[in-house]
Amino acid sequence: MNFVNLFKIAFRALSGNKFRGFLTMLGIIIGVASVITMLAIGQGSKKSIQDQISTMGSNMINIRPGTGQFGGVRQSASSMQTLKLEDYEAIRDEAEYISAATPEVSSSGQVIYGANNSPTTVYGVAPSYLDIRKHTVAQGDMFTDAEVKTSAKVCLVGQTVVDNLFTNGEDPVGQTIRFNKIPFRIIGVLTSKGDNTMGMDQDDLIIAPYTTVQKRILAITYIQSIAVSAVSEDATEDAISSIEDLLRVRHKIGANDEDDFNVRSQKELISMMSSTTDMMTVLLACIAGISLLVGGIGIMNIMYVSVTERTREIGLRMSIGAKGRDILMQFLIEAILLSVTGGVIGVILGIGSAFAVKNIMAWPIDIQIYTIVLSFIVCTATGIFFGWYPAKKASYLDPIEALRYE
Amino acid sequence: MAKEIIRVENLKRDFVVGEEIVHALRGLDFTINEGEFVTIMGTSGSGKSTLLNILGCLDTPTQGEYYLDGNSVRLMGKNDRATLRNRKIGFIFQSYNLLPKTTAIENVELPLMYNSSVSAKERHERAIKSLNEVGLGDRLNHKSNQMSGGQQQRVAIARALVNEPVIILADEATGNLDTRTSFEILTLLQRMHQQEHRTIIFVTHNPEIAQFSSRNIVIRDGRIKEDTYNSDIKSAKSVLETLPKEN
Repeated sequence: MNFVNLFKIAFRALSGNKFRGFLTMLGIIIGVASVITMLAIGQGSKKSIQDQISTMGSNMINIRPGTGQFGGVRQSASSMQTLKLEDYEAIRDEAEYISAATPEVSSSGQVIYGANNSPTTVYGVAPSYLDIRKHTVAQGDMFTDAEVKTSAKVCLVGQTVVDNLFTNGEDPVGQTIRFNKIPFRIIGVLTSKGDNTMGMDQDDLIIAPYTTVQKRILAITYIQSIAVSAVSEDATEDAISSIEDLLRVRHKIGANDEDDFNVRSQKELISMMSSTTDMMTVLLACIAGISLLVGGIGIMNIMYVSVTERTREIGLRMSIGAKGRDILMQFLIEAILLSVTGGVIGVILGIGSAFAVKNIMAWPIDIQIYTIVLSFIVCTATGIFFGWYPAKKASYLDPIEALRYE
Repeated sequence: MAKEIIRVENLKRDFVVGEEIVHALRGLDFTINEGEFVTIMGTSGSGKSTLLNILGCLDTPTQGEYYLDGNSVRLMGKNDRATLRNRKIGFIFQSYNLLPKTTAIENVELPLMYNSSVSAKERHERAIKSLNEVGLGDRLNHKSNQMSGGQQQRVAIARALVNEPVIILADEATGNLDTRTSFEILTLLQRMHQQEHRTIIFVTHNPEIAQFSSRNIVIRDGRIKEDTYNSDIKSAKSVLETLPKEN
């Protein structure tokens, strides 16, 4: 039997009943459209979170002092003084799988320039901070290791600080600002990064050599945290265990004792946040999948009814020479045509409504090719699966009985 | 000597209904030659429908032989019989059995759709030729539900002709039509018989129709009761002319 002819036969049979065809497809259209839209929303929010986290450095590792106990009183992490500058140096020089490290000390307060002032945070860091935190210098230069050594009173400012202090549009580079009565000469401005996932302004900061912040502002010798870059995102696990081993030895922590420090990677943060959005995506996909299933049952229902309704037609086709196989193929092709056409309309509708969601609700969306391909495969499979039984039933009809059917 | 189209030898067909065996056909013998217009007549329950189903290769006999154009049908499988129907037989039904909402030409093309040796172009040309033969050359693209009963039956006849069958099997082909239209269809069948020498079997319970055929076989209780040749064939066309014209 010629497949082209069978295709024509099925197409003619369908085009004779467009409205019924449309109703049959409706379930598939809605099912596919909702799968595409739901997955676009789910993937979109996941991607936007991942993008934002990676702007903070996806291979970044953070080491903070742990919560220790003193005389039975558990202390808060920020009050711990267990991380020393030597720890930073040891990590920088000895830990494996890391590309850069910086100590971090910070202090919040008012920064003053002329008549303007603004609350902000000064971070005391090493020059490698820029690479680790994915900051770049828009204007001017980063301070040097020599300036770190001499505790130079120089700083770089974020865009928010520039906006707050230099309201007349003067060039901030070369100006002197005061933080805690200590004058800092601005030697550079950081490129703006915007808000992060949690809505925090990433441009509201001043960075200065850590030695300067330690000695001149905080008057401390310990450091508050260490930020480390692993050589790659995949190497973070190895880098973490290397750092942990190193610190346990340095802090003389016994095999069964609790760490007095905490090592966290951005990767953990990503997987934590993605697990939430993944769950949402799965949930949305389940809902959409159920509607696709219902659509498939709709096809089976209509095909099943139409086998009964078209009994005489089947009888006639058989009497003029159609074999059981031809009838089976005709009904199967009809079912597949319906579900694939429904699928195409559904994909278009789904992409359309995903963009509508993007434009009207301002939600991030991400349409991936695999969701479209998957929908198509599911559609065709639905057509074959749900069309098979009615088609089989039609092909088993006895032409004599079928012709006499009223 | 005319070519033998149908040969039936001791044809029997039994049906099992519950625990009883019903003998629908109890042993028939006849041959039909090319160019004959045979009416098969019988009351309901006489076995004529069963005979028609067997002649049309829709059913097989329990016993006996049936040769259609030299092919033994009795032991053929379903698919082979479907192919045989497709190539050798043209069916005309009482209730036309056209595909709904489908144009005349698509209906006529249908048997050739199931014959992959006929190209799309040839299929189209043959369908037009068939429709011209039954006088519907100007209604190629009319849909079946836009046509009168007589027109629908003529589309059905065109469909029966399109595969160039060795035999046309008509089952009460005029049963659903009024007198005038019935005679129009009969005129058409007679013309096909007389001018184109087609072989036609017309199954009916209406004794009047026997006057227009060349041979009449009467079936009763599964046996042939009468088998007579008609030497005085009445012309359906002249009867049609005597009928009052419709407005």
